[in-house]
Amino acid sequence: MKTTRRDFLKISSVAAGGLVFAPVLNWVPGFLKSDKPIPDDSKAKRYPNYCEVCFWNCAGWVYTDHDNKIWKIIGNEDDPHSNGRFCPRGTGGVGMYYDDDRLKKPLKRIGEAGAQQFVEIEWEEAIETIAKKMQEIAGKHGPESFALFNHGSSGKHFADLFNAYGSKNIAGPAYAQCKGPREEAFQVTFGHALHSPEPLDIRDTRCLVLIGSHLGENMHNGQVQEMAEAIDKQATIITVDPRFSTAASKSKFWLPIKPATDMALLLAWIHVIIEEELYDRKYVEELTFGFEQLKAHVKDYTPEWAYGITTIEPDVIRATAREMGAASPAVIVHPGRHVTWYGDDTQRLRAVAILNALLGSWGRRGGFYLPEKAKLPKYPTPENPKPTWTWRDVMPGQYPLASLPVTNVLVDASHPSYLGKHKVKAWMVAGTNLIATMPDLKRTIEAIQNLEYLVVIDTMPAEITGYADIVLPECTYLERYDMMRISEHRIPTFALRMPAAEPRWESKPGWWICKQIASKIGKGDYFKYEKYEDVLDFQLKEMGSSLEEMKKAGVKTFHRKEDLYFVEGHPHVFDTPTGKIELYSNLMIENGFDPLPKYITHAQPEAGFYRLIYGRTPAHTFSRTTNNANLNDLFRENPLWVHPKTAREWGLKTGDKVWLKNHQGVVSHFSTKVRVTERIRHDSVYMAHGFGRTDERLTRSFGIGISDTELISDVKIDKETGSTGMRSNFVTFLKENPHNSDKKEA
Amino acid sequence: MRYGMAIDTKKCVGCADCVVACQTENSVPHGYARDWIAETVSGRYPYLELEIRSERCNHCDNTPCVRTCPTGASHVIEGGIVIVTPEECIGCGACIESCPYDARFTHPDGYATKCTFCDHRVKNGQDPACVSVCPTHCMYFGDLDDPNSEVAKIVARRKWKVLAPEAGTQPQIYYLV
Ligand code: SF4
Repeated sequence: MKTTRRDFLKISSVAAGGLVFAPVLNWVPGFLKSDKPIPDDSKAKRYPNYCEVCFWNCAGWVYTDHDNKIWKIIGNEDDPHSNGRFCPRGTGGVGMYYDDDRLKKPLKRIGEAGAQQFVEIEWEEAIETIAKKMQEIAGKHGPESFALFNHGSSGKHFADLFNAYGSKNIAGPAYAQCKGPREEAFQVTFGHALHSPEPLDIRDTRCLVLIGSHLGENMHNGQVQEMAEAIDKQATIITVDPRFSTAASKSKFWLPIKPATDMALLLAWIHVIIEEELYDRKYVEELTFGFEQLKAHVKDYTPEWAYGITTIEPDVIRATAREMGAASPAVIVHPGRHVTWYGDDTQRLRAVAILNALLGSWGRRGGFYLPEKAKLPKYPTPENPKPTWTWRDVMPGQYPLASLPVTNVLVDASHPSYLGKHKVKAWMVAGTNLIATMPDLKRTIEAIQNLEYLVVIDTMPAEITGYADIVLPECTYLERYDMMRISEHRIPTFALRMPAAEPRWESKPGWWICKQIASKIGKGDYFKYEKYEDVLDFQLKEMGSSLEEMKKAGVKTFHRKEDLYFVEGHPHVFDTPTGKIELYSNLMIENGFDPLPKYITHAQPEAGFYRLIYGRTPAHTFSRTTNNANLNDLFRENPLWVHPKTAREWGLKTGDKVWLKNHQGVVSHFSTKVRVTERIRHDSVYMAHGFGRTDERLTRSFGIGISDTELISDVKIDKETGSTGMRSNFVTFLKENPHNSDKKEA
Repeated sequence: MRYGMAIDTKKCVGCADCVVACQTENSVPHGYARDWIAETVSGRYPYLELEIRSERCNHCDNTPCVRTCPTGASHVIEGGIVIVTPEECIGCGACIESCPYDARFTHPDGYATKCTFCDHRVKNGQDPACVSVCPTHCMYFGDLDDPNSEVAKIVARRKWKVLAPEAGTQPQIYYLV
């Protein structure tokens, strides 16, 4: 094997402190002695927080026990994200704090290529080394060549640091690997992106249409709660999914569509809704632009045409379109969240947006409500320096609709094959495990190998930390103050995060790390506060509240200024070029794209191969929770769903071990177990995302299950936004271990 | 007074928040659980049905576990809640064998344990932890003898089933179907 200067390091060789682990089953933390009385809620101490296990950021209370140790986490009743009830991951957030596999001390890579290792260093040395390197890189190549990949709340502090430093090359996978195309499609159509949480009025809907969106398995808390409420109120649910998902099992109609043909179904639905005049005529006349063009465009997209493509019978297409029409405007064609599938994703989401527009659901009860957000005063900082170039200059003219930086463009700019002049030379990666997040792992690693410097900040030793020059241990959300949560919702709210415990080992809050680095690179002015409480207190006082008040309340809600829905007779101007909802979009033409979505044929698997579909399990968020003891208990391995017919052909039984190989020859590191089930089409296989962890320091999740991401090497880029379509990979089964020995490496 | 639970299988998504909440509330050691999710799939593609149930001790009216207990550690308290007193349990495992729902297990400290309906919360007027956290509000807890309680009302109104009725245990968890 060729050694490179940045071999993947399994930090375990040196970080001796954290190496001894009891087997999971016998692990009983000292404070949990079974004979101890259970604390009484009304007497226990509790601290406000908002959950960081996923982006839903539910606000809640962290309770401590008799010994002032973190005991449990419960939702805050005043919070519209959670309504006082967390999802299993949020409840299991305690496992993040108690995980003994956490990063404990700063680590530094030393040694020659091929003989590298990590050594523990003091914070002072870590900060100084990073600051020196940041200055050196700024001097040599300009600060712009240092990119930040970030996620989550603390990612925002690092963004502040990079803005102050002079680099706007700050990207999160939450855009180009997740909801980018959706945001731009809704922006183009309604002049309003959806953001998070999406303004879906599910609780009052009469008809909820889910397209590959597996609510209930993805625990987007507020939406799952409202879906249950809608079920109680007997709303119709229509689920389009090659898999009989949990949501499909709650649905009046399950449409087991042939994967990658959703666009045909959407166009046929639009056809029927126009043909049969099921649309909201008044709404369409008053508020939309381009109806006639749309009508002409979908003329030939009949249900009969779609049948041959989607395998969904014309009668079913018509019946479901009529359900939507009957429920209009209290109908939601759910825009989904992780929508980067086939590379024509912006166009597919345009079709979803158009369908909603025809049904008159935007701005209507039971459709999309009009969200409101409170404004938090900014803590005073100097003006940010103006970078001389940004990610947009890497490939000029590409991905014109992307409103946020595209992670994969920054990876491209770091890759040896990039010959342009805007090269990225160094990365800081805060709170995102790029190895399990970015498709085309080989390319990501080639880019990493080509870097001059890589700093990773995380709470856990994820795969990405193994490639770092410096690793910084961040404390968990349960051990730190952070910025206020401000979000759009039915009512504007704030939520406070405060520590319920001291940081374990030598982990530190993100804001503290940024402040230290900033002061060492001459940017101390941007982080002028002593401690983060100062910022919070300043902001809260400006808002007529205070840190003291928020410590007691956790959440503060405000009255709305505008109506929650459109008011009859009040004209509404949309933030689009025509001021209307744009069914037909000239803006798309100006940018070189189709003004109306078209059907494009996507590749289907060859004989012996199956489309790899991945999704969520309620117990986990991405790859980051698989090692959490509480959540690992619920779901340890990601079984591979295989249809009985396929299983018969391959002689596979439930429980059999398989490895997977994709159509480009990429083989999975590890194996997983087969689950033979009628709940999936015969041409597809399914597994949960986030498994097959290759970092040995993850004592519970290492080597368990298959990583879907490593099998996603064929990436279809969405031309509008640069997002990475990841549902175009086909796999076949390997029943024998394809690796010579059991020793695996990343 | 008769405590019982109704669980709406139409709303339950099987997220297992009830399981995690029970584990944290009651400090159940990792690797063990007092409640769990069961799924039953029926039919053939594409005509399928899926029933999801959150299961636990059924706090039966007719309790084989209490009958088989040689020391009296397993007993019934007010409201029909079936409880094990760890100090009195000798860990013989007879109750574990006798339970048709497999609701009991041996705690690593050597005694039989299981769901308590969170009696420590119930006596303060709170719902059991699982019920109180459920994001789908699919669980109802209360006094089945009180016709005005939410649980009694929903059991009266909806179609339901209980698990393993043939075992004759008279379980007090009602699955709304
Ligand atoms: S949905 Fe669950 S994981 Fe996400 S923020 Fe809410 S409680 Fe936490």
